[in-house]
Parts: sequence; C-alpha cells; structure tokens
Amino acid sequence: MTGTTTRVEATPPTAEAIEAAWQRVQLARHPQRPRTLDLVPHMFTEFTELHGDRAFGDDAAVVGGPALLEGRPVMVIGHQKGSDTESNILRNFGSPHPEGFRKAQRLMRLAEKLGLPVITFLDTAGAFPGPAAEERGQAEAIASSIKLMTGLQVPIVVIVLGEGGSGGALAIGVGDAVLALENAVYSVISPEGCASILWRSREEARTAAAAMRMTAADQLDLGVVDAVVAEPGEGAHTDHAATARTLRAAILSALRRLTSLEAEELLASRYARLRGIGAYLDTGAGATHPVEPPSLGRRIGRMLRLPGVPRRPRWSEIWPSDGGEDENERGA
Amino acid sequence: MPIKFPFSRRAGPSDAWTKCPACDAQVFNRQLERSARVCPGCGHHFRMSIGERIDLLLDPGSFEERDAGLEAIDRLGFHDERPYDHRLEASRVKTGLRDALVWGVARIDGQRVAIAIFDFRFMGGSMGSVVGEKLARCFETALAERIPAIVVSASGGARMQEGTLSLMQLAKTTAPLARLDRAGVPFIAVLTDPTTGGVLASFASLGDVIVAEPRALIGFAGARVASDTVGEELPDGFQTAEFLLEHGFVDMVVPRPELRVTLARLLRLLPVAADDGQEAAALGERPWGPLGALSGFAERLGGAVSETIGIEVDTEVAGNGGPATAGTTAAAPSATRSPDEPEADR
Repeated sequence: MTGTTTRVEATPPTAEAIEAAWQRVQLARHPQRPRTLDLVPHMFTEFTELHGDRAFGDDAAVVGGPALLEGRPVMVIGHQKGSDTESNILRNFGSPHPEGFRKAQRLMRLAEKLGLPVITFLDTAGAFPGPAAEERGQAEAIASSIKLMTGLQVPIVVIVLGEGGSGGALAIGVGDAVLALENAVYSVISPEGCASILWRSREEARTAAAAMRMTAADQLDLGVVDAVVAEPGEGAHTDHAATARTLRAAILSALRRLTSLEAEELLASRYARLRGIGAYLDTGAGATHPVEPPSLGRRIGRMLRLPGVPRRPRWSEIWPSDGGEDENERGA
Repeated sequence: MPIKFPFSRRAGPSDAWTKCPACDAQVFNRQLERSARVCPGCGHHFRMSIGERIDLLLDPGSFEERDAGLEAIDRLGFHDERPYDHRLEASRVKTGLRDALVWGVARIDGQRVAIAIFDFRFMGGSMGSVVGEKLARCFETALAERIPAIVVSASGGARMQEGTLSLMQLAKTTAPLARLDRAGVPFIAVLTDPTTGGVLASFASLGDVIVAEPRALIGFAGARVASDTVGEELPDGFQTAEFLLEHGFVDMVVPRPELRVTLARLLRLLPVAADDGQEAAALGERPWGPLGALSGFAERLGGAVSETIGIEVDTEVAGNGGPATAGTTAAAPSATRSPDEPEADR
C-alpha cells in the first residue's frame, strides 16, 4: 500500500453513490442490528463480563470479559449500544467515556498476562464528546489504548460490527486481522460531523457519507480492513444467529493463522500492517532549503559582516507566518 | 487579521499592524516578530509558522529537513465544495509547504533531536497520510539513531478528505512510540494552539513529558460539540492548556520565551537510556547510584581495576543492568496510565 499512486479525478458523488452509501449507513445503524452482547452467546460459551477501569468507574458503553471459543479461553471486548430508549440511555448510545477505554486496556493487559487472544467488536458512533469526558482525558484514553494494542503480545482480531466511528472505534480497533461485516461502515468522523464542517450543513450527511467512502467494501479497497464477512439475507438484523455463525468461522480461521506465529513475528507484522496504510507520493525532492556548509571565507565574511557576503537566511524568512502568498515563497 | 498600513513606503508584512484578539491592542508586526509572536501587552501567543518555530527552538544552522519530497494523493477522489486537490494546492501556495508538517534532525543547546513541527495554516494542520508517514519516520529515526523525539503540534485533527486512511494515521504514529518506550528513547510533546481531535487522541497525548503553551486550545472534541452535547455553557477556560494542567494531562504550561531553555533542560534531565553500560561509559556518563562513581573510575582505568580489586563493576553495569535500568525507567516511564482525577462530575 505504501506510495499508492492511483490518482482519482475528484468529482462530487453521484446521486446513485449517495443513495448506496446512505443505505449502508442506515443498515449499520439499524435498531435491530446485532450488538456485541447479542452475538457473544452465539459465538462463545461461558462469557463472563468484568466491570470497571479500577480508577474511576464502569462504562456500560464498553463491555468485555473472558469467554471460551471452541473450548479455548479468549478475551472479548466490544462497544455496546442499546436496543431501546432505556438500554440506550444505560449504554450512552454506545459512545464510551474514558473509563470505557481504560477498562478495555485493563482487560487487554490481563489477556496479555495470560496469553489469551483478544477479539474486539466495533460498534460506536464515536467516543463521547461531553465535558466530563474531556475532563477525564478522553484523548489520552484513546491514545493510550491504541498504543497498548500496537504492542500487545497476543493475537488481536477486530470485527467492525456496525458503525466504526472515528477514534472511539480505533481505540479498540488495532489488530492483526481486521474484519468487517458487509453492511458495516468505518469513518474518520460521522457523516453528520463531516457535513457540518465541510459543507457547513448537517443536511449534507448523505453526500459526506458517499464522499468519505465509508462502506466495508471501500475499507477493503483502502486496505483498512482485511476481509469483508457476508451477512445473511437482507442484512445482519434479519438473523443474529446466522450472522454469528459466519463471523465465528471467520474469527477461527484468522486465529488459527495468528496463533501459529511467535510473539515477535506477530508484532512485526502488526507494525508493518499499520505502517503500510496511507496514500502518498514520494517525489524524491530534496530538502526544501538544504543546509550547505558555508566555505571558510564566507564564514569569516559573515562574522566580520563584510559587504557582499550574504548572511544565512533565517528559517522564518523561508517559511514566514505572515504573507507567504508570494510565488517565490513556495517550496521547490 | 493583518491590516496594511496605508502610508507605508516599504512593502511587506513588517509594516503591517496586527490586532491582538485577546486585548484588542494594535501590535506592530515587526514588534511581534521580535517578541516571538507574543503580544507585548497581554502575553497572548499568536500562532507561529514552521520557520519561526525552527528559529525559536533550534540551534542556528542545525536543522536538516528530511523527507521533504512527500506529497499527498487524493486516494478517495474527495470532493466537498471543492476537490481535495484544489484545497491542497491553495494551502501549498499560502504556506510554501508541501503538507502540514516538516520534520528533520537538529540540535537544541547542542543536543541532537529528531523534531517534527506542524503548520496550522496548511488545511488546519490536519493529519493525513503524509503527516502520518513523516511522523512515523521521525520516530523511527529517533529510535534508530537513539536521539530524543520532539513534536510541536498545531492541528485540528485527522484530515477528513483522506477518510479512514487519516484515521489509521493515529495508529501509525502511535505504534513507533511503543518501540521508543522499550528502547528507552524519550519523546517530548509540545502542544500549541490548537491541538485537537485525532492528533490529541494519538501521539500528542503520549509524550513522556507534555509541554503546552499558555492558553492554547487543547481538547478532543470541539468546544461547540461538547457544549451542544450537554446543552449548557461550558466552564470558563474549558479545553485550555491550563485546564489540562489542572486535570493532570499536561506536565507544564510554558510561556514561549522560556520554551527553548525548558526543552534543553528536559533533554539534559531525561537522556536517552544507555544501550549498554559500555556506551554510557564511552560517553563519559556515570550511571546513577552508589556504584556510579566507582564504575566511572573503573572505566577510566580501562577495566583493569575490576580485575585487580576483584569487584565486577563492569559486568554489574552492563550485565545486570542495575544502574542502566534505572536510567531506562527515568527516561521512559510507561505513558499508558494517567492519573485519575477525583473531582470529575458525572
């Protein structure tokens, strides 16, 4: 993926593209779509939920604990949305506070200590943006969770279940194998948030959804997910048990491959996977303003401030903060 | 907004005034340049360009830019009100930069560092594939050359125009930091106005030491979003550097004129952990601890002492890693846990 060079001529999304993208967003947000705790009983046995971040509290928007998969213990962690008003209030609509991410970290450390593979389920509109979350370090909680996952010495399988909403999703979404359900979406910001910033109108959320290319198929194309798992019938909401069966098979096949790797190989390939994501061009151009060592004569000239000896330009003249509109200020 | 002085004979920004947004004073741009873009009246910190940061923080002539040729690609074919390509071009013309971040190797008070600096004027300092790649290379160079890493951030967050590729840069820039921890290489984050969103939710929150500029806006979600979410007014000073200091998420708020000496001091106090005892001795550094002086003495005698007197100073330092490990822990404390603060309302 490094240095992908495909150039796509940018045009506004077509009406069909907008319709198709928005349909996926609505399926991903479907009220009957299976949530983490709907799938867990179909996939694992003896799931035992553990609570609390050991520092502040318990966040019901993130659930987790050990369970058995084909008789072997694993650590399950996932976002948890509600299915009706009451449960959604309890679960804060699946938007975690910092203590949710810190609980996830605690469970991941436990998994690492005991050598259990980690399986995470992503389904959140995003981390909660309220003042209390800010005060308790929402950004730090996400950042440290990502960091922990990049170096965790056990296999991690990530499943994008419904909405993969921004940093709140990625906080439990760094893995060795990242799978997405067919109608799941994954995005850097919610389509509503993107629309209100770039289009200055939340009404354009559908257009933003198409422009951001947030469907599972798009994510596969971008290299953000490794495989897309088909959903039964009209979508996962029609048959939770069947969804769980196909997902379980996909998780088992990923784990079979990953558990055969030594911890070092595992970490190296996880690092390489992350390092490879992104699209940029290396033009090979040298430093914008290379530092050439001045000749002895010039140095003496500068020191004595002799006329005709140009002084070394300051960087603030090369990249000033004011102006800079002049053509000659442009980088080479 | 700079206002051109109409009767000026000389052209250029030096003859313009700038109105201070904090105290409404009219400040000469020339005066602003001399005071490191700090309002002489009220101490308001104006944003700085990358060039001004380099001049402010780094030893003159020491900065060598790396990976200057990296350029963004519109992988998504992103079109909002304008194509992404047009926004990039406009920012390039405005700033003279290829993207929102420049990195290189330089010296601060003689101490070599790998340093990356953001420019907010380039698409809001947003982090896309180029910024992420450059940061990862900056950290990897710090790791390979065993020199401290510094990032001066000024960014609205991830670049929406690159979709989830931008989101993944959070992980790409964070992964090398876990390696720096294991290798004992320190990372200092300098948060300037503004540092928000995905940049704060990745490397910027993970500095071994986090320094912020006064009154800088630092937060995860936009203040407007936060206020809309709870439907009430936010506390005064919400999401400022001082707010984060109070809640335990930054180590210090440092006025710009003291930033350079502060960084130099931190670099001296938190040196890169010794690779092994031999290297520390070669550099003339004494491991801390009761054996430190003794082992330093032993080193000077070329190890002959340990054989003669029969104490295995060298092996103690290099093998068991007693004092050397102490250095490691001091330089790279685990940054994964944050102090919880008890007064949070919920």
